[in-house]
This record gives sequence, C-alpha cells and structure tokens, in this order.
Amino acid sequence: MWTWFHKFASPPHAYRLLGRLAPWLGWPALGLILLATWWGLVKAPADYQQGDAFRILYVHAPSAWMSMFIYVVMAVAAAVGLIWRIKLAHAAAAASAPIGASFTFLALATGSIWGKPMWGTWWVWDARLTSELILLFLYLGYMALRSSFDDPQRADRASAVLAIVGVINVPIIHYSVEWWTTLHQPASVTKIDKPSIHIEMLIPLFIMIVGFQLYYGWALSRRLRGEILQRERNATWLTKTA
Amino acid sequence: MTGRASVGAAAGLVFRRDLTLAWRRWDEVAQPLIFYVVVTTLFPLATTPDLNQLRTISGGVVWVAALLASLLALEALFRSDVEDGTMEQWVMTGQPLGWLLLAKVASHWVLTGLPLVVMSPIVGTALGLPFAAWGTLMLSLLLGTATLSVLGGIGAALTVGVRRGSVLLSLLVLPLAMPLLIFGSRAVGLVMDGESPSGPLQLLAAIFFLSLSLGPVAMSAAIRISVES
Amino acid sequence: MLPDGARLAAREINAWRGDRHILRDVSFDVRSGEFLKITGPNGVGKTTLLRVVCGLLPAESGEVSWRDRPVQGASDEFHAEMAYLGHLNSLKADLTARENLRFLAGLRQALSDSDVDAALDRVGILSRGDLPARSLSAGQKRRLALARLLLSGAALWILDEPVTNLDTAGIALVEDLIREHVERGGLALAAAHQRLLDDAPMLRRLELQ
Repeated sequence: MWTWFHKFASPPHAYRLLGRLAPWLGWPALGLILLATWWGLVKAPADYQQGDAFRILYVHAPSAWMSMFIYVVMAVAAAVGLIWRIKLAHAAAAASAPIGASFTFLALATGSIWGKPMWGTWWVWDARLTSELILLFLYLGYMALRSSFDDPQRADRASAVLAIVGVINVPIIHYSVEWWTTLHQPASVTKIDKPSIHIEMLIPLFIMIVGFQLYYGWALSRRLRGEILQRERNATWLTKTA
Repeated sequence: MTGRASVGAAAGLVFRRDLTLAWRRWDEVAQPLIFYVVVTTLFPLATTPDLNQLRTISGGVVWVAALLASLLALEALFRSDVEDGTMEQWVMTGQPLGWLLLAKVASHWVLTGLPLVVMSPIVGTALGLPFAAWGTLMLSLLLGTATLSVLGGIGAALTVGVRRGSVLLSLLVLPLAMPLLIFGSRAVGLVMDGESPSGPLQLLAAIFFLSLSLGPVAMSAAIRISVES
Repeated sequence: MLPDGARLAAREINAWRGDRHILRDVSFDVRSGEFLKITGPNGVGKTTLLRVVCGLLPAESGEVSWRDRPVQGASDEFHAEMAYLGHLNSLKADLTARENLRFLAGLRQALSDSDVDAALDRVGILSRGDLPARSLSAGQKRRLALARLLLSGAALWILDEPVTNLDTAGIALVEDLIREHVERGGLALAAAHQRLLDDAPMLRRLELQ
C-alpha cells in the first residue's frame, strides 16, 4: 500500500495519470453544470417570496460550499506534504489555492448581485458574505506568502504552516461572524436567505455541486500538471518524454 | 560548568535578554505606543468631535488601533535574531524551540502589548468611553493583545526571511485576528449597553488558550523554515 | 567529561540549492578523537554539507546518524551534544561580550561567572568582557564566538571557516582549541580552505568536488 502510494506520488507517474484523468473529469463537469443551469433557470419553479431572483442561488450556494471545501482540501494536502514530505501533496495545495480563491470570488459576486433585489444594496454585512470575504483574504494571504519565496520547497513548507493555522481558524472565524451578525441585525432580514426549499429546487443544487466538484478535479489536474512541469524541469524523465 | 540548563532557565534567559536589549533601545520600543495614540486621534478628526457620537464607536476604534499597533511592532520580532545568526543557534540548543520562542513572544508582549492595555483607558476616555467600561476594555485587550502576539509571532516567523515582509505580515495575520476584534469590541459594547460582557470575554480567553497551546508548534516549524536560507 | 565511542556518520547525502544538485552521494564518518577537515573550492557545497549535518537544511536523500541513531526525529538529543560555529558569529551588538555568552551559551549549560571569565580568558579577550560586542574588532568577535563553543559542553564541534578574520595568533588559538577538544575525546568537523592542523595525527580529510 505504502509503496504503491509513493509510486503514485512520483512525478512522472502522477503527470501521466493526471493527463489521462483530466478528460474524464472535464466533460462530465461541463455536462452537469449545463444541466444544472438549465434546470435551475428554466425548469425549477420560481420562489413564492423572491420570484426569479433566487435562481442565482444555484451558483451562489455551490460556489460558497466549494470555497470552504477547497480550503480544507488545501490544508489537508499541505499537512500531508509537511508530515510525510510528499512533494506532490504540496503541489496539490499550491494548485488548489487559485481555484479556491476563484470560487470564493464567485460566491461573493453572486451574493452581492443577489443582494441587490433582496436588500436593495449591492453589499450587506450578512454572515455568509462576511465569512466569504475573510476567506478570500485567507486565500490571498496564502498565495502572497507562496509567491514571496524564491525557493519552491521553502514556499511549500511555509505556506503549509499557514494553511494549517488558517484551517484551524476558519471555524472560529465562521462562528464569530455568525455571532456578530445575530447581535447586530434585526431577525427579519436574515430570514430571507432561508427560503422553504422545494425538492424541485434541491435537485439542481446537488447537480451543480457535483458539477463544481468535477470541475475542481479537472482544473486541479491541469494545474497540477503545470506545477509538476515547473518543479521537475531539470529531471531526466521529462527530457525523455519531450 | 554545572550541567545542562533546564528548559525553564533557558526560557527565562531569553525573556531577560529581550528585556535587556529593549532597555538599551527604549526609543524603538516606544514607537508602537505613540503610533497607537496617533491612530486613535485620527478618528475624531475624520468623523466628528462630538463625544456622544464618538462614544458609540469608541470600543471598536481603540481595538482597531491596538490591533494595528501590535502588528506594527511584531514585524521586527524575529528579524535581527535571524539576520545575526542568533536564531540558528537557538534552533540547535537542544532545548525545545517552541518554549524559547514563546518566551520571546512573552517578553515582546510585556514590552508592547501591556503598555497598549495600560494606555487604553486614557485613549478611550478621549473618545468618550465611560468609566464603567474601563475594566472590560482592559481585560479584553489583555487577552486580545496576548493572543495577537502569538498569532503575529507565527506570521512573523513565516515572513522573516522574505521580501516585503511587513505588508505581507499584516495580510496574513489580520484575517486571523478578526474574531478577536469581533469579540473584544463587542464586549466593550455590551458593557456600555449595561449588559454583561462575560460571554465574549470567555470566548476571547478560549481563543487565547488555544493559541497558547498550538502557537509554539507553528512558530517553531516556521522558524526552522526561515533559518534554512 | 566527553563520552567515548561517539560516532557521527553521513550516508549518501544528496542536497540541492535552488536548481543545482550541489551534494551528490557524500558520505563520511568521524569518531571521537578525530578531526575531519572538509576542503574544496568555493561553491562546492562545504557550507551546505555542514548545514545538512546540523539539521538546518533538509537533504534530498541520505541519512545523518549520531551514536548510530538517525538524527532525524531525535534532533533535540543530537543538538544538545553538538555546537555549530557558522559564518555568522551570532552576537548581539548591543550586549557586552559577557552578556552575549550568558544569554546564548547559557541556554545550553548552567554557567557561573567564573565559567564565562575562563572562556573569555582562554580566547584572549577577558579584558574586553564588559564592552558591547559592537565595539569589538572582527577578529575579537570571532574569538567571542569561539568562547561560546568552549562553553557549549558539546562533544561534537561543527565549524564553518573557523579562522575567518583571525590573525596568526588567532589561527594558532583555533588549532589549539580543536586539538585539545579532540584529545579529550571530542569530535570536530571543519570546512576550511586555509591550513588548519594539517600535520596533526588526528586529522582526516574530505575533499568535495
């Protein structure tokens, strides 16, 4: 098992495997995202309270979910890299950060657009949006720290420490922000983003989440191949492949 | 020579060394405190001199200023020790590095965090903070600046060897410090509304102990990376 | 004072600096009573090798062992028995020579005032004991760093260019200190391109290419 894992984690093997895997993730991702979009925008019934405006939920909620999920994946990969000294895990953490940051940005943008018809302003200090904003700061800090090291191996380990400290903090941040908004906002405003979920609404939501997951897998495998090329540019297996 | 120094003796030496060094450079130590006072002066100038209006944001302003002043001071926490080679010797003393670094952070807190706490009632009063809120403000800042010293210590250990370290440190640490700000300024707000601040204060204490238990591990891992170059 | 039979071994160390594969399968062995001198032109990886042995730099592959146990995972025990003198003297400019020793060597050993004075005397800067390190000359600073080594109580000395900035008398002092340490049963490892104990019987060489 252990030897198998090290074989899998060896750069040439991983590079070829990821190349073969990518299309099996990319096309289903595209299909599911299109299906969920159609289902959400056309087929699902309009919300009795919010009308058609709620349909942005089908992008907002899955991307918010993905932004948290990818941060956890990143921290776990970083910890694996730090503890077992597996370079591929560090590379996966590094490759995940920009994808996670993009989902966070998407969640913020869609949340803000959703806010306009709901609350009449582009920005509301609502718990979920504030948490997403802080999460975006965490992603940006992680990427800034990585880019300020010249030596990729030091960048790997320093950013891994940061990702682990960050992931311990994420629940604390989330909880503190929730606590903060309940104290400051009248309850009537926060009620709106919890519409009575109809089963018809739930199905496209789940399809979208699965689609986003597959998209993440596809984007990660592409970026990871790039990372491997960058890191192994002097290795003999690469010159042979080329 | 009478044998190995104990961990406690070693940590004590680190603590005393930093106080000795600070004593010889007291003007540098005073800078964050002056910065703190200057920043809090900005708010009345930018908003209104009316104490009744300022009072509503006084707790938050004092907290934000204390956060920024602490961060400013943390930037140089490990720099000179890494540059002159002292830190690589600390890594190789055979003593647990986390304890030595925690002692260093503790002395740093005594020199920068504690003066901020002591100064805060004066600064708060200038912003209209009522006398009744002094105790809560100081207690929340006591826990908050101590936690921030540990969090900032991790950030400073990570950024000590890199270019543009000072801005980066703030970018890394400020998001992590946001719960402290929320609980700390809310505790002050609660007491000003005549309610009990014990809830957020307990949460601050919990975060402090969490950072105290995990901080040394993270700091020593980060320092080992930083002395590699 | 120093236990016999100590052995430091490095097996097939490989290390990279950035894009350069700087150490290729470097192995060596030092036993108590021996002094290993590492030579080679600039940039060949002498400092890198010493820092890998100290555990300051991670090696790509290979193993360092002390008393026949791998150093990795038991680094505190290893560090307690070794002292490193690098390119930097690890001094605080604002502290006096005495304070520098107390605050750094004191982290390892419980020191009395007479211990500190004896070490300062041995390296010939006792009269400078209460001057801040900033007002010492480059050679005196190096001597102060050597005094720290004497107070470390370590069995293994790892020295990176120990005679930098030293005059003839200073070089003779370093040679005497290493000889005394090794004759007491200690081990020493030094990177140097000058002459250093070149005719001594305890000398062994490792030439890096």
